[in-house]
Amino acid sequence: MKHTIPQEEYMERGHMACLGCGGAHAMRYLLKGLGEKTIIALPACCWAVIPGVYPYSCMDIPLQYVAFEVTGAAISGIEAALKAKGKKDGTTVVGWAGDGGTADIGIQALSGAVERGHDVKYVCYDNEAYMNTGIQRSSATPRGAWTTTTPVGSTKAWKQTPKKNIVEIMVAHEIPYTCTASVAYPEDIIRKAVKMKEIEGPCYMQILAPCPTGWKYPPEKTIEIARLATETCIFPIYEVTDGKYKINKRIRDDKKKNIIDYFRTQGRFRKLDETTIQQIQSSVDAEWELLKKKEKCFGEEI
Amino acid sequence: MAKPMAISGNFAAAYSTKQINPHIVAAYPITPQTLMMEKFSEYVANGEVDTELICVESEHSAMSACIGAAAAGGRVITSTAANGLALMFEVVYIAASLRLPMTMCVMNRALSGPINIHCDHSDAMGVRDSGWIQVFNENAQEVYDTMFQACRIGEHKDIKLPVMVNFDGFITSHKVERVDVLDDDVVQDYIGKFEPMYPLLDVDNPLTYGPLDLFDYYFEHKRQQVDAMQKALPIIEKEMKAYGKVSGREYGIMESYHLDDADYVIICMSSTAGTTKFVVDRMRAQGKKVGLLKLRLFRPFPAKQIAEQLAGVKRIAVLDRSESFGAFGGPLFTEVRNALYDVNDKPGITGYVYGLGGRDISADQIEGVFNKLISAPDKMIGDIQYLGVRGD
Repeated sequence: MKHTIPQEEYMERGHMACLGCGGAHAMRYLLKGLGEKTIIALPACCWAVIPGVYPYSCMDIPLQYVAFEVTGAAISGIEAALKAKGKKDGTTVVGWAGDGGTADIGIQALSGAVERGHDVKYVCYDNEAYMNTGIQRSSATPRGAWTTTTPVGSTKAWKQTPKKNIVEIMVAHEIPYTCTASVAYPEDIIRKAVKMKEIEGPCYMQILAPCPTGWKYPPEKTIEIARLATETCIFPIYEVTDGKYKINKRIRDDKKKNIIDYFRTQGRFRKLDETTIQQIQSSVDAEWELLKKKEKCFGEEI
Repeated sequence: MAKPMAISGNFAAAYSTKQINPHIVAAYPITPQTLMMEKFSEYVANGEVDTELICVESEHSAMSACIGAAAAGGRVITSTAANGLALMFEVVYIAASLRLPMTMCVMNRALSGPINIHCDHSDAMGVRDSGWIQVFNENAQEVYDTMFQACRIGEHKDIKLPVMVNFDGFITSHKVERVDVLDDDVVQDYIGKFEPMYPLLDVDNPLTYGPLDLFDYYFEHKRQQVDAMQKALPIIEKEMKAYGKVSGREYGIMESYHLDDADYVIICMSSTAGTTKFVVDRMRAQGKKVGLLKLRLFRPFPAKQIAEQLAGVKRIAVLDRSESFGAFGGPLFTEVRNALYDVNDKPGITGYVYGLGGRDISADQIEGVFNKLISAPDKMIGDIQYLGVRGD
């Protein structure tokens, strides 16, 4: 039998993630793609807890915990040491941070690292809020989502502003490779991990990692919800290689689901009114059409 | 063969960094540190070093890149000043806690606000509890020599701690002085090859740096850090002394100047010690029994050694180039006074805060301090005065 997912494990049993954690899936698949010669730096985030509390760890690769805002800088240092010590034997240096550590507090160090052109791979596992500290909104929280700092009150409710488009910010840095991925499509994560490993230079990957605890849904629904995010086009799966766009999970117009189907699966969108849902639907549609245009204008010659 | 050069403190720091030829240098520009990194960038551009130079986008990232590089197994150097060090605060602690040897030059400068680019020690004093070894240097020669000592000390197997090489912003960083430099191979022989203990780069033996460490073990790890600092003191003394065999310039953790028979003593650090030596000479010529204790090592603080040095002295003035708001005296004053608590027949002690934001300190002012010590009543009360400020 031919396996589409490598059987090697670099993340062992005994991790401390919540039941149904999308972030745990994301790391497991990423490492299957990157292989054993991988060094990971990770800041404060759920993943600072998931490997285990000292002296226990479920990880079979070198790991460095770094301060919240410095993932980009730390991997710059590790990569420079790799270069200076002449040990570039296929070792991949990876920064692994949550959406807050990427889009908010860590954006400066990330921007600096990729601008300097370090041969580093930065992966954001995106659960769309500060889940580790208790579901506070981040700039990557989508419009309409309840969080503990965007509660539904009598005068104000849910996050009012749209999700920060960190992927396009990275594309604007003109790095060799930027992509999105989702735990609903493990083979796609693995293919992209292998691709990043082979590219010399900075790469960015954003993996949608649903969070049952923060999104308020039963843990067994993680993959289903992640898939819905792509099928409704609120989280499209695409890659930008040397400026060329390619949609990896193409959603045909007749198969495209309504955003309401996605929202209904999660308690965080429970209080949304019809008007807002329609407004969000319009902006999701517009973004999706724009992405298709980008693929057409800046895509591979077909 | 050693040769003399006419260079500034910043140039001396850059030149010594070139001779160390570290794996990684990461830094961000801030006055008065910039000239060191500009000079070092030239060495990189001309292929005179093998160093990977990372021009980061902030001091916070400079220290973070250094932490990554040091954990990876590299020999690492950085430099900063004032607000840059303050921005690093969080990660300065992490570097020491992860027991990562590295060297950081700090061209001591006043912290904002209001904004000021000139010398005082408030930057270094802000991180005095961070777990770094802190050496304060009087002049460019000391800076040059201490850079090599810092490698040996920080990388020592029983220490494994980062070292901060402090010198006075502009006063020492920009003043051109004679510096006797060593040959490259002498430097390399002295500092030796860097052998990291548990490099991250060793992917065949994966390990974790700085994992989540809660009430079960955190306290023990902090206790080990305390042990490392305590063990460091005699090793630092030995290393500074041993450096004399290499360079002909022997250093101690402190320098006594006419202290043997002195009744009245000033304690201070960095460039002010030079001015004080001049005043001591002048007053000794008048038959006054004055002396200087220049402290080079501030962390770990050599309390016992200081108490021994000051036994039998009548009165002491401690000069602090930083304020510790709301405290009883500046950082150096509180440490020295604390060190003298168990001494029989305690000397009278007074503290002065001087030179904040680069305010000049003159020989006459220092002579005034000595004269006040000489004329003070027998039972001196440890009070704090301000030197050279309007309204005092």
